[in-house]
Amino acid sequence: MASLTAPPTSQTSETVVRVRGHDRSFGDTHVLHSIDLDIAPGEFVALLGRSGCGKSTLLRSLSHLDPTPAGEVEVSGRTSVAFQEPRLLPWRTVRDNVALALLNGPERKQRFELAEKTLAEVGLGDKLEAWPLQLSGGQAQRVSLARALVSNPALMLLDEPFSALDALTRIDMHQLVIDLWRRHSMAILIVTHDVDEAIALADRVLVMDGGRIAREWSIEPRRDNRAPSKPEIARIRAEMLAALGVQPTSANPNRTPLHNEGAA
Amino acid sequence: MSPMSTTALVGDPTTAPPRPRARRSRASRFAFLRRWVSPIVIIAVWQALSSAGVIDPRKMASPAQIASRAIELIQDGTLGSETLISLQRVVLGLVIGGSIGVLLAVVAGLNRIGDDAIDPPMQMLRTLPHLGLISLFITWFGLGELPKVTLIGLGACFPLYLNTLGGIRGIDRKVLEAARSMHLTRRQQVRHVVLPGALPQTLVGLRQSLGIAWLSVIVAETIGADTGLGAMINQAREFNQTDIIVVGLAVYAVLGLCTDALVRYLERKALAWRA
Repeated sequence: MASLTAPPTSQTSETVVRVRGHDRSFGDTHVLHSIDLDIAPGEFVALLGRSGCGKSTLLRSLSHLDPTPAGEVEVSGRTSVAFQEPRLLPWRTVRDNVALALLNGPERKQRFELAEKTLAEVGLGDKLEAWPLQLSGGQAQRVSLARALVSNPALMLLDEPFSALDALTRIDMHQLVIDLWRRHSMAILIVTHDVDEAIALADRVLVMDGGRIAREWSIEPRRDNRAPSKPEIARIRAEMLAALGVQPTSANPNRTPLHNEGAA
Repeated sequence: MSPMSTTALVGDPTTAPPRPRARRSRASRFAFLRRWVSPIVIIAVWQALSSAGVIDPRKMASPAQIASRAIELIQDGTLGSETLISLQRVVLGLVIGGSIGVLLAVVAGLNRIGDDAIDPPMQMLRTLPHLGLISLFITWFGLGELPKVTLIGLGACFPLYLNTLGGIRGIDRKVLEAARSMHLTRRQQVRHVVLPGALPQTLVGLRQSLGIAWLSVIVAETIGADTGLGAMINQAREFNQTDIIVVGLAVYAVLGLCTDALVRYLERKALAWRA
């Protein structure tokens, strides 16, 4: 079914991610089967699937956290990851945690300035000196986003970054991610099991099943026009749930349309 | 004892739940004084029994006699110089032995080959009653500073080794993975994640090592030394000068408390992030 993963539009010459025939197995268990995937610069892709479908393994391949066979996974430009848990260093201040991602980059003074600027962007300009253990879950996850953002990556990988947050905080974070993405125009791959999150955020949604990319959708409407009641969105949503093998349910009533779509 | 159980045994008194405060206001103002009543009574009874001749002064001097002897020893400079010698030995042994312990733990904690090479002999050696080795050290190194510093260093080495290793092994793999996702080099991961992450446990080890270092210096000075607090105590024993013995023991106790307080101060400074 990998043939369904057609390269996006005509941007094939310039891709951030180019995966061809990527296989992964742990012992006798095949986790990824001949994955093909292209991600264009600045594209926002959601990877949707049930637990154990291989979506997090694919993310780990893209982030180089796991070794991959030569030639199967090509990522051009810097990657960064924000995980489900913030994974901050508790013994470093918020600013130090973000600046640490630039350790092999500019001078110390400039690292701190960039960290402060990025923390201001995620709305934590007043928490520079705070210890991570003093933050709320949502604040810690914002620091984690800032840390992923500060190195100006070409590809930001988000591994279920909002699934541990409460529903209202999650909506704020969705808006924040879209704002950051608009401003910095990096490619984003978000791994999630939340259909509505994928529809609200992404340009393109892939459903993984049994280690393969089973199906994909382009979400055409602007992000401020993706109300679950809209027939096109409702149809895509029902198709995704079917592809995931879930009985369709009503959409999350808390979900409000996102803003700052800009001239895309 | 595994590193984990040593942590549990030591337990930081500062994290103990606060004592429920009995009646506030005036009662609490005297609570501090109330705790001094029984020690003072004990010393008073001791003094009374000594004065009445019930306690043999050759077996145990009276509190007054101990106090006057302490003043005498301070004034003629004996106590100061002997204390300084003992303190020097403890610091030297602790710095050398402790550094070796931490270094070995870092190598064993970061490297499988290092672990295989270092951990088995360390686990075997630590079961030795190290104080018993003083006889061997005197045979090897004579009566100078070397056997004493070696004994102290050997004793101080193990708690720092075990706790630092436990700290390194207890590092959250997920945080290390985050450091890798930021493209930090191995060296940077050690410097920014592994060592700071192990520090709380290392400081627990430092406090245990300090206790063992003081114990070791007493034994080393009692058995083969003509200087230091232990030697002072030992010489006093030959002349039944129990007042000097008690003064020496008291100084040991005070020094032990002071150094422990110093480490706790370091802990508060270095672990402020746990607030």
